[in-house]
Amino acid sequence: MAIDVDTVRKVANLAQIREPDARLEALAGELSGILKWIEQLDEVDTDGVEPMTSAVAVALPMREDLVTEGGDAAGILANAPKARNNFFVVPKVVE
Amino acid sequence: MTTLTDLSLTDAVAGLRSRAFSSRELTEAHLQVIAESRALNAFVLETPDTALAMATASDERLTRGEGGPLEGATLGVKDLFCTKGVRSTAGSRILGNFIPTYESTVTANLWRDGAVLLGKLNMDEFAMGSSNETSAFGPVINPWRSSASNRPLAPGGSSGGSAAAVAANLALAATATDTGGSIRQPASLTGTVGVKPTYGRCSRWGVVAFASSLDQAGPITRSVADAALMLKSMSGHDPKDSTSLPVETPDFPSFVGKSVKGLRIGVPREYRVEGMPAEIDALWTRGVEWLRDAGCEIVDVSLPHTKYALPAYYIIAPAEASSNLARYDGMRYGARVEGPTLSDVYQLTRSAGFGDEVKRRVLIGTYVLSAGYYDAYYLKALKVRRRIADDFTQAFEKVDALLTPTAPSAAFGLGENAADPIAMYLNDIFTVTVNLAGLPGISVPGGLDAQGLPLGLQLIGRALDEGTLFSLAGAVEKAAAFTARPERWW
Repeated sequence: MAIDVDTVRKVANLAQIREPDARLEALAGELSGILKWIEQLDEVDTDGVEPMTSAVAVALPMREDLVTEGGDAAGILANAPKARNNFFVVPKVVE
Repeated sequence: MTTLTDLSLTDAVAGLRSRAFSSRELTEAHLQVIAESRALNAFVLETPDTALAMATASDERLTRGEGGPLEGATLGVKDLFCTKGVRSTAGSRILGNFIPTYESTVTANLWRDGAVLLGKLNMDEFAMGSSNETSAFGPVINPWRSSASNRPLAPGGSSGGSAAAVAANLALAATATDTGGSIRQPASLTGTVGVKPTYGRCSRWGVVAFASSLDQAGPITRSVADAALMLKSMSGHDPKDSTSLPVETPDFPSFVGKSVKGLRIGVPREYRVEGMPAEIDALWTRGVEWLRDAGCEIVDVSLPHTKYALPAYYIIAPAEASSNLARYDGMRYGARVEGPTLSDVYQLTRSAGFGDEVKRRVLIGTYVLSAGYYDAYYLKALKVRRRIADDFTQAFEKVDALLTPTAPSAAFGLGENAADPIAMYLNDIFTVTVNLAGLPGISVPGGLDAQGLPLGLQLIGRALDEGTLFSLAGAVEKAAAFTARPERWW
């Protein structure tokens, strides 16, 4: 399916990516080309096929619900673009 | 005396243990070659101080008669692995000057066994690419050149830095990762050995995530024995990765050199694709003959859904990537571009931080997961993935391993495939099936093409049967007698 510029803008917004209009045009072409190529999957009969959600057929392990680490605010904030008083500093979201 | 940097990992470890030379001497030799080889752009960060400190500690252990299986051995690490106190970027601008406060399990295993970190290796951004051209640090140049021209060639990708560093003797071996072919394709294009182990063999903890159901770490080396030695150290169950398999790690090096007599080798007919260079077809035929001469039984097999593997991959991998890469929002680590509102900061940060290929994949992933398209694309791809895995299950009822070419071409020129995303994606046509099915695969150099460029052969095994692959790869290596090295022009 070909996707148009408005769809790309909508998807980019969902993905929190902002691109100039000229680039959105180009992306619409690139993504349409890729999706068209992907659509050859329609040739495969998948009726009754169970979707494969894991690369190995093993059940995920359970573990004790225990704290194994923590109390390392300095380590967690070490790479923060902005931090103060052991908190991440982010732009104001409520007026 | 042989130049220390020319030694195989296996021989270097033996030389260190017998005190024929020290880890400090070996490390200094590598650091010098690395400094002389910056034209290749294989390293994004050289860590000489760390390397020398680790080497000194290794020498002290070796003097006391102690030390692990890789004690004092000098390695490069793909920049997708988080290394404590050492900048880790995943080849992206968005991680900025990210300095992990923790160590990935795979690299921690290597340091536990005595290895020395020479530096961090260049790669395609977030491991998305087949030529290393999507790296924020610029492309790696393949140490191999065509006999017909001096134009710069791509080393393959995404582990282009790992492959180039090992091919150019800048490190004894390197870690790499493989989501759709990112270990095996660059190994094929640089005349090195690359192993993508069974999904779950190596812990993914501390490896920057691209597509979590496909990503797997493995080594790139100059010999099959070296690959076995590396993988043995890298592997092992890790409770911190819930998909890490709770199984013992076999003694992989003991499988190299074992007889392969009586093993049944499948040759999948669907891998003979249209437009494949005759030289690759001829090498494949030679590979079949080598294994037959070694006593293997050759069986024609069919993997009917092969052609659908790449399109399925280009739904599944971007879908997982769009989710994994949602974490890069400029709030907790990495680069941040300031703006008036929270949403502005997110969008400006991600638009400035991600390169074009990453954006393309995040957008495709977001699209195929969005309301109204999930069933048509994502669910369909997961069903096709099952079909592909079932093809292998059926083939492995008849054979013990499969032999195929690794990549559809030899090393190509920088920029040659950059304009057409799908042309670039086709590089993984023979490797991506293995990731979808979670199986182990190994690429071994088989010979040179008419331009003097290396070509690889791929062996694919049953889940957790890397041992058989090492035996078979050892037989191919012996028969191929591949001794060519890139001539130093840099």
